[in-house]
Amino acid sequence: MSVKLSVKNLKLMRSGRDILDIEEFILNRGDVLAIVGPNGAGKSSLLQVLSFLIEPDTGIIMLDGETVGNGNRLAARRKLAMVFQESLLLDTTVQKNIEIPLRIRGVSRQETATRAQEWMHRLGINCLSEQRARNLSGGESQRTSIARALAMKPEILLMDEPFSALDYPTRKSLLSEMGDILHTSGMTTVFVTHDFSEIPALTHQVAVLYNGRLIKRGDIQEILGESAVSVKSWAPWDDGAGSDFLMQ
Amino acid sequence: MNVFLDGFQSAFNLLISMDPDVLAITWRTIHVSTVATFISILIGIPIGTVLALTRFKGRGFLVSLINFGMGLPPVVVGLATWLMLTRYGPLGMLGLLYTPTAMILAQAVIASPIVAGFSIAAIQSLNPKLLLQIQSLGATRFQYLMLLLWEARLGILSAIIAGFGGVISEVGASMMVGGNIRGYTRVLTTATVLEVSKGKFELATALSIILLMLTFIIVSLLSYLQQRKAGH
Repeated sequence: MSVKLSVKNLKLMRSGRDILDIEEFILNRGDVLAIVGPNGAGKSSLLQVLSFLIEPDTGIIMLDGETVGNGNRLAARRKLAMVFQESLLLDTTVQKNIEIPLRIRGVSRQETATRAQEWMHRLGINCLSEQRARNLSGGESQRTSIARALAMKPEILLMDEPFSALDYPTRKSLLSEMGDILHTSGMTTVFVTHDFSEIPALTHQVAVLYNGRLIKRGDIQEILGESAVSVKSWAPWDDGAGSDFLMQ
Repeated sequence: MNVFLDGFQSAFNLLISMDPDVLAITWRTIHVSTVATFISILIGIPIGTVLALTRFKGRGFLVSLINFGMGLPPVVVGLATWLMLTRYGPLGMLGLLYTPTAMILAQAVIASPIVAGFSIAAIQSLNPKLLLQIQSLGATRFQYLMLLLWEARLGILSAIIAGFGGVISEVGASMMVGGNIRGYTRVLTTATVLEVSKGKFELATALSIILLMLTFIIVSLLSYLQQRKAGH
């Protein structure tokens, strides 16, 4: 399998504190990877570094074998799409929210309209196409945000707790749709989550970030099977049992 | 009270009779203040955007300076502009003193900090994560700025309204650099001051009422635009 994205000797510091300290991180083409870890572990910062939104203090990030720097950062960004925890939509209609990034990326008008229609339909928001983003519910906004990201046909999809602000039924249906989409598209994906019940719907690959370091990576069963520090992720819909997550 | 009511009556009569002097003064007022506001948009919005989005040494001082500039007394701006444009001043060779252009320049100096200050507040009130999201869409620097200004447009329109309100109502600067020359640099505010000094309170009230009506109409149009964009 070919390497899509790789990171070497990455360091990100803020106020003299290490936020990220990652020796090596490799993402192969088609990988779907869940990143877990406690609050403040650096998960969101890692996604922002991987999406070239913040520059690390040291380290090399390579995309498709090329080092990304000032000269090709914009081109690199255009190969990615990012979904944040909050659905950060522009103050315009649902359809325009999906179309604007495509136009920004130089997609033709006709292709833009076709893709917007396709993804609004697939995510069940086509009836909301003319609604203004500010009038949408949380679930509708996040669907729009995901439709916007997928319509860009990114080579890498990055998602920062995309389902955490949603209620259980919406989360369940979106997870199932995302699972299908990722499975059929083969899109390289990295997503951050606090809720381990989300992981099996999308992938079996998990990486654990702790104090800015990637301390483990492997199959969900392996990771969950190990013991040391236990972090409880309890979800009220998870039969009241929750899932024990073993950090190290 | 009588003066006020008579003023209303006179204002009405002046407008109905299409008094050429009053129409010319009104048109000049619109022209000078609109062009000055337009210039202040060209200066204030870019400065406000840069100060809102960047962090550098001395930025705090510049923001304080802008905030200070928002309350600049027009008469002081008028004096400064006069000193610049007077025959022996650094821009004296342009021969602009006592022309509508000089009034536009002075008013632009008054409005620019207002527009810049409100623009800083409008852009800084945007969700910082939205700015990251816009970058992540793959926007070039220009596309990024355009989307950002679109998102901040309600605040930016407030900046324009405040800037326009600041200049259409000022008298000190216009009087000082325009000279209140009949048929050339006389505007509604300076004409009002002149009529008061001549003891013609009725006409002064009429001119004030026309100024108020004019300001109300223009600000209402801008407010309508703002609220329509806000979806209310």
